[in-house]
Amino acid sequence: MDISTLLNQMPGAVAQGLIWGIMAIGVYITYRVLDIADLTVDGTMATGGAVCVMLLINGYSMPVAIIGAVIAGMLAGMITGLLHTLLGIPPILAGILTQLSLYSVNLKILGSGNQTINTRKYDVLVSMGELKGVPFYQNPIFVTAIFVIVVICVLYWLFGTAMGSALRATGNNPNMSRAQGINTNTMKVFGLMLSNGIVALSGALLAQYDGQADVQKGRGAIVIGLAAVIIGEVLLSKLLRNFALRLCAVVVGGIIYYIVYQTVIWLGLDADLLKLLSAAVVAIFLGIPYLKRRFVRPSIKSIMAQEEDSTNA
Amino acid sequence: MLELSNIYKVFNPNTVNEKIALKNLSLTLNDGDFVTVIGGNGAGKSTMLNAIAGVWRVDAGSITIDGVDVTAMPEHRRAKFLGRVFQDPMMGTAAGMNIEENLALAARRGKSRGLGWGIRKAERAEYREKLAMLELGLENRMTTKVGLLSGGQRQALTLLMATLQRPKLLLWTSTPPPLTPRPPRKCFLSPIGSSTRTS
Repeated sequence: MDISTLLNQMPGAVAQGLIWGIMAIGVYITYRVLDIADLTVDGTMATGGAVCVMLLINGYSMPVAIIGAVIAGMLAGMITGLLHTLLGIPPILAGILTQLSLYSVNLKILGSGNQTINTRKYDVLVSMGELKGVPFYQNPIFVTAIFVIVVICVLYWLFGTAMGSALRATGNNPNMSRAQGINTNTMKVFGLMLSNGIVALSGALLAQYDGQADVQKGRGAIVIGLAAVIIGEVLLSKLLRNFALRLCAVVVGGIIYYIVYQTVIWLGLDADLLKLLSAAVVAIFLGIPYLKRRFVRPSIKSIMAQEEDSTNA
Repeated sequence: MLELSNIYKVFNPNTVNEKIALKNLSLTLNDGDFVTVIGGNGAGKSTMLNAIAGVWRVDAGSITIDGVDVTAMPEHRRAKFLGRVFQDPMMGTAAGMNIEENLALAARRGKSRGLGWGIRKAERAEYREKLAMLELGLENRMTTKVGLLSGGQRQALTLLMATLQRPKLLLWTSTPPPLTPRPPRKCFLSPIGSSTRTS
């Protein structure tokens, strides 16, 4: 239990938190904006990594590999969207179906359950081997932060447009949206594509960071994404009202999640229990607002005191 | 203007719960007509409005608005002809978006929504002016989330949204009179081609 061991792990936790923060932004779009809990992301996370790694191994350049991963993710999101809008399957179930099928797809893309890449040979953008001893612009924390900023800027712009407003309205009130001439089905498919494209980008970065793509990688990703969204909201929602800042809060949530994660491992928690712990944390944070409404009566003493003053006067 | 010819709507057909809501209904409205439909619960008032709005397709018959056959047109495409005020005051607005964003959504009813800004500066001034007509003080709360407004305030906003872009036809399902808040009469100042109202 040497504190310096923990401190040494912090840069890695921050880098991973940033990468998962991008994933959590994707979850935010479905869960908070579209009001759909999209479980496709568990599959898309691995798909993004698989496509990116296989394109790199087959000699394609880095931009092509990343764009390829994003497109693959968008296609996965489109499938979920079409299952929901064309076939009327409830979105959670549609996501589960796509996620399950992606497991097979990912195995086929990778050719096996796992593919490693030599991170030196392929000159990857982010690698856990480059946390120390490289110029700052090669540091995975710096590179991932650039990606985070670009993603947030693009989304901030997009949600300010007429089309982005239509997407938000669809998640808010689909009946009203249709009455205002918005094709809510198109918007749902578009939102799911956007979200899964971002998740696949995160998957591509994570595979590079790890130096491998693994078909198991995305298992439980939705829970980590939700944890990041909720931690960010609980800790920072009072401060950050602007949409772009809320997305920043989500990324901060991802970083905090990984710092806590590293800390509990350092404290000696059985690694087998980590997923149970993650799920418990999300369940507690999701439940708090409800329990608060139900059991905590807000203090209105000051208001009652005013009332008394005015009656006495 | 509006022509319903021989429309039918049957809920749960061929089951024990079968309910013939609209049976061979025909109705013609001209420009400027103001029609109030009154009837008991389950008479089919809302069903008729939903048929016009395109919430689902009618089982038989045809619907024409302003010379266009909209029978097979999905709800979101019919929106360009229609202003709608829902029975439930919470239904007509997006609670998580603010007042000006809701108005901007309504201002683009029936138009393509591309990558231009969702609200332009000039629009804001226009919205402020129109909100002031409601005399509810909403013009000073343009960036307040609609979910924080009362049901009556939201219904007034819905009515403004329905008429922001002059509709060919205004469909208004009213709440029963004892539950209706003081209606914001000022809204009627903007002339509308034709309106249908049920109560």
